[in-house]
Amino acid sequence: MSALALGLAATTAFAEEVRVYNWSDYIDEALLEKFEAETGIDLIYDVFDSNEVLETKMLAGSSGYDVVVPSGTFLQRQIAAGAFQPLDQGQLSNSGNLWDVIADRTAQYDPGNAYSINYMWGTTGLGVNVGKVQEILGEDAPVGSLALVFEPENMEKLAECGVHFLDAPSEIIPAALAYLGENPDSQDPDVIAKAEPLLMAVRPYVTKFHSSEYINALANGDICVAIGWSGDVLQARDRAWEAENGVEIAYNAPSEGALMWFDQMAIPADAPNPEAAHKFLNFIMDANNMADASNYVYYANGNLASQEFLIEDVIGDTAIYPDEATLENLYTTTPYGPRVQRTVTRLWTKIKSGT
Amino acid sequence: MRRLLIAIPYIWLLLLFLVPFGIVLKISLSDYALSIPPYTPQLDLSTGWQGFAEFWSQLDMENYWFLTDDDLYWKAYLSSLQIAALSTFFTLLVGFPIAYGMANAPEHWRPTLMLLIILPFWTSFLIRVYAWIGILSNEGFLNQFLLAIGLISAPIKILNTDIAVYIGITYTYLPFMVLPIYATLEKLDGSLLEAAEDLGCTRLQAFWAVTVPLSKPGVIAGCFLVFIPALGEFVIPSLLGGSDTLMIGKVLWEEFFSNRDWPVASAVAIILLLILVIPIILFQRNEQKQREAGN
Repeated sequence: MSALALGLAATTAFAEEVRVYNWSDYIDEALLEKFEAETGIDLIYDVFDSNEVLETKMLAGSSGYDVVVPSGTFLQRQIAAGAFQPLDQGQLSNSGNLWDVIADRTAQYDPGNAYSINYMWGTTGLGVNVGKVQEILGEDAPVGSLALVFEPENMEKLAECGVHFLDAPSEIIPAALAYLGENPDSQDPDVIAKAEPLLMAVRPYVTKFHSSEYINALANGDICVAIGWSGDVLQARDRAWEAENGVEIAYNAPSEGALMWFDQMAIPADAPNPEAAHKFLNFIMDANNMADASNYVYYANGNLASQEFLIEDVIGDTAIYPDEATLENLYTTTPYGPRVQRTVTRLWTKIKSGT
Repeated sequence: MRRLLIAIPYIWLLLLFLVPFGIVLKISLSDYALSIPPYTPQLDLSTGWQGFAEFWSQLDMENYWFLTDDDLYWKAYLSSLQIAALSTFFTLLVGFPIAYGMANAPEHWRPTLMLLIILPFWTSFLIRVYAWIGILSNEGFLNQFLLAIGLISAPIKILNTDIAVYIGITYTYLPFMVLPIYATLEKLDGSLLEAAEDLGCTRLQAFWAVTVPLSKPGVIAGCFLVFIPALGEFVIPSLLGGSDTLMIGKVLWEEFFSNRDWPVASAVAIILLLILVIPIILFQRNEQKQREAGN
């Protein structure tokens, strides 16, 4: 009888599954196996590379996912739409590990952090193939300034070598505004319109607008410059090291200011298995696991307890864990309202297609 | 029994065309909202007739007016029509000789030739389009080949241009052109050609006077099968085309995934459907009339 019960328990445990939808190149896959081994829950892990695609799935409803990872501004909109369920703190024994410095900042998107935990955070800046860029623009190339990508005379020369921009209007337009000395978080269509001539002047020289291909493109030396996410650029740097192909990549947060963003793990309101979702969140919040994740993807996390397990390359790198001075220079943004969103996307279509 | 048989295509039409069309039309008349699903008003059948009346009163044509405000949309429609029409022409240009050759091949070869036409379908469409990236890129096979034989001195940029889109569509849809033309040509009565030659036609004249007119139904079917999906094509222009390749399929995707504005996306889709359906209905009417006049 007990053998039978055990057998039944084993089958149900085997049948239990949790579906996670996270950004591409954003986790050490060994962690996924570890979660399965520890909990016996089948983990189905899918990836995306744009907040917009995630939001479309969230607002359509019945996405079938148990854990998703929107960035702060998108999280805020989706909470307002009723897309997420409040977290049950009783099931999250590791929540004491979280870092109040980050939790304070994410609370502007998710008041009281009631719906989400921080997975990783980072900045949007410049990925630069230093050698190639200096070869083209000279020793004093502005590799730490947005002038590198927003001045047509620089871009014209860099074009032959290749430049990628993130296909993310909510990150490139604030950067353009920051370069112009405007408020990057402006919701005023007239201010946003000022980004248009700047971006239209450099668009002919942009090789591609894409949000994930630049990691390999930078690492292989196919492109010289990318506007990209901090950890992705650092992953490109490491891939180039491992390949020993002589490509040297650096990440620079622009001197004009860099966007600071937060990727938050949340549980959809209609998640099929919220209990397993909480287990996954708790697993991620474990200090060791979170440290493994950061050590692998080169992004900072919102987990204070994990910091003692971080390798020096991560915790000691100001591109990942910025010092006070760099932190001063970071800005955050708030979500666009529907009307402004349309202006922004239309502007983006124009920049990408020329129409 | 006969009625039932006639009913089947109508049920098909109702379930797979009219019902989805009605849903999309309904969304196209509503407004964007930050909710699940992201539009308002929502039809709540539990409130009965009054709820429906209220729902009805909130629908409007605003999204359609919006489409006329911005030149992006009609430019995208026109550019899609052009790309689809030209690709259909190229497909016909390549497909007709293939079908003709197949139909005139010795009978025991035909099943093999047919299999060769269908063979590419055994691989995923996406993989075949990806393969073209490898062929057309600056360091790709095509450029290396042209460089090797000395035809060009520097790689030509084909990938991420409209030319790559034409190549992709022509390649992908070729079987849809070849098969219907082959089907009509194969049934062609050879004695008609002999008669034409007996009456003094050269072989070329007989081809133009007999084969081409009689293959018309196959050519028309093939052109429809290529033109209609090519017009709304999204995968090929986004993988092979450049960021300035303007096609309505891409615009629709942007509306849906970037703007997350389902009502405007639905309006774009409805207009696309009208652009397709109205000329086809007119064409069918015209054909019908001609047939009746012929009888």
